[in-house]
Amino acid sequence: MTALALTHARFQLIETVRIPMALIGSAFFPAASMIFFVVPFVGSDRTYSTYATASMVTFVVMTSNLFQYGIGVAEDRAQPWDPYARTLPAGAAPRFAGRILAGLVLMVVSLLPVVLIAAVATEATVGAGAFLAALGVVVVTAVPFTLMGLAIGYSLPAKAAIVVAQVLFFPLAFGGGLMTAPGGAPGFVEAIAPYLPTGAAVRLMWAAVGDFGVQPASVAALVAWTVAFAGVAAWAYRRDEGRRFS
Amino acid sequence: MILARATDVSRRYGAVLALDHLDLDVHAGELVGLLGPNGAGKSTLVNLLTGVRRPSTGRVELCGGDPRDPATRRVLGVTPQETGLPSALRVGEVVDFVRAHFPDPLGKRELLARFGLEELERRQTGGLSGGQKRRVAVALAFAGRPRIVFLDEPTTGLDVAARHALWDGVRAFHADGGTVVLTSHYLEEVEALASRVVVIDGGRVLADDTVAAVRGLVAIRRVSVTAAVPMPDLPGVVGTEREGDRTHLLTPDADRLVRDLIARDVPFRDLEVRPTSLEEAFLTLTA
Repeated sequence: MTALALTHARFQLIETVRIPMALIGSAFFPAASMIFFVVPFVGSDRTYSTYATASMVTFVVMTSNLFQYGIGVAEDRAQPWDPYARTLPAGAAPRFAGRILAGLVLMVVSLLPVVLIAAVATEATVGAGAFLAALGVVVVTAVPFTLMGLAIGYSLPAKAAIVVAQVLFFPLAFGGGLMTAPGGAPGFVEAIAPYLPTGAAVRLMWAAVGDFGVQPASVAALVAWTVAFAGVAAWAYRRDEGRRFS
Repeated sequence: MILARATDVSRRYGAVLALDHLDLDVHAGELVGLLGPNGAGKSTLVNLLTGVRRPSTGRVELCGGDPRDPATRRVLGVTPQETGLPSALRVGEVVDFVRAHFPDPLGKRELLARFGLEELERRQTGGLSGGQKRRVAVALAFAGRPRIVFLDEPTTGLDVAARHALWDGVRAFHADGGTVVLTSHYLEEVEALASRVVVIDGGRVLADDTVAAVRGLVAIRRVSVTAAVPMPDLPGVVGTEREGDRTHLLTPDADRLVRDLIARDVPFRDLEVRPTSLEEAFLTLTA
């Protein structure tokens, strides 16, 4: 089972690497934002560049998972390979586990340029404890966005999934305050951001790397989003199974 | 020993009844051809027996187990009707991926050699021709050293040489004791490979017999003539269709029918004798 999950993950990664546009989508934009916005404008300010890097990391966690699962799953469902793979002597679990593993690897690959640029070209800095805390926040906040991607991927056809993922990601990024410093967003954004999945995630990230207080209401909102996305993802997965394989 | 069994199986898709209380046993070592027109229920039956779908009512078994249970499928090999290989992967990688699912798979080289695919090993499947993809899809069915393989229209889109090469591969597997269930709507293909033919239409088994017997059943000719007068009652005619003053007579013995037409002095012209398609033959038989 574990070996098969690794096999599935390996072939998923090979497929992604052969058509690297998917990687560019999630890795290039945050790296470019670091170089063009963070480095020149706040790169010399230790506090601001640390917060800005934390925001970009959250941005990657969202886009990488949203696009990989939202679009990847929807595309796979359209392929005849999927029903064929179900005749192989393995259940749905190794394939699913393999996909999540591959997703984590690709997320890490997309995060590396952001972290490297922050370390080399800005004054951003974190202690070992804060770094580990941030790593934990990355893992925890990847969960709601993975579930959100799966919900989209299992409930929509590929063409619709691409559009929905693209339409969602910008308002989520802007509305969550990922494009602005803590407290620096327009008033209405400041009001709603803590309760959006992106805003709640980035607030946890800011709390991990800086002097930003954890807001219980915001954490509760993130938990609620996670439960909601899990519900939709599970519903869509079952419905898809029922339609195609029952 | 029975390797695949369907007992009183029905399968419904919404309002459509794809399989209608169907029974089928496939014994170890058999090479069974499932024959029938499009939409007859062949692929549905294969999907049930390979665990992709579940029957609405009735029971399916694979080697005595439930085909929906992954462990049961260790003895199974499948070539689906639609190929759909992951386009970015190389042929060798797809083979390795499939092999990784089985406890004692066939060696990659051996499998590729058996189906003449050595040269394609490093090619990405997205760049293969339709026929090459099809050959890879058939080879994959044999990757896990299966006891039973289901080939759903394996040679669709293949040229004659590739089709014959593929038939050789299937025959070799069968000669080693393997069991094969093959669907096709080409009588020729089933004749070339199978010893037993199961004819399916409307989700039911219409005939289950040797190739020779089924061939006799469906070897219907269509004799068409234009005549101003109505046709007399002629022996051996199993079906009649009229289009204006053109009449199509369906019969297993075209020679005799033509002799009878002449003996009865029917004033016909534009005589045409041609084999019917399987579909026509079955429609006539089941009407």
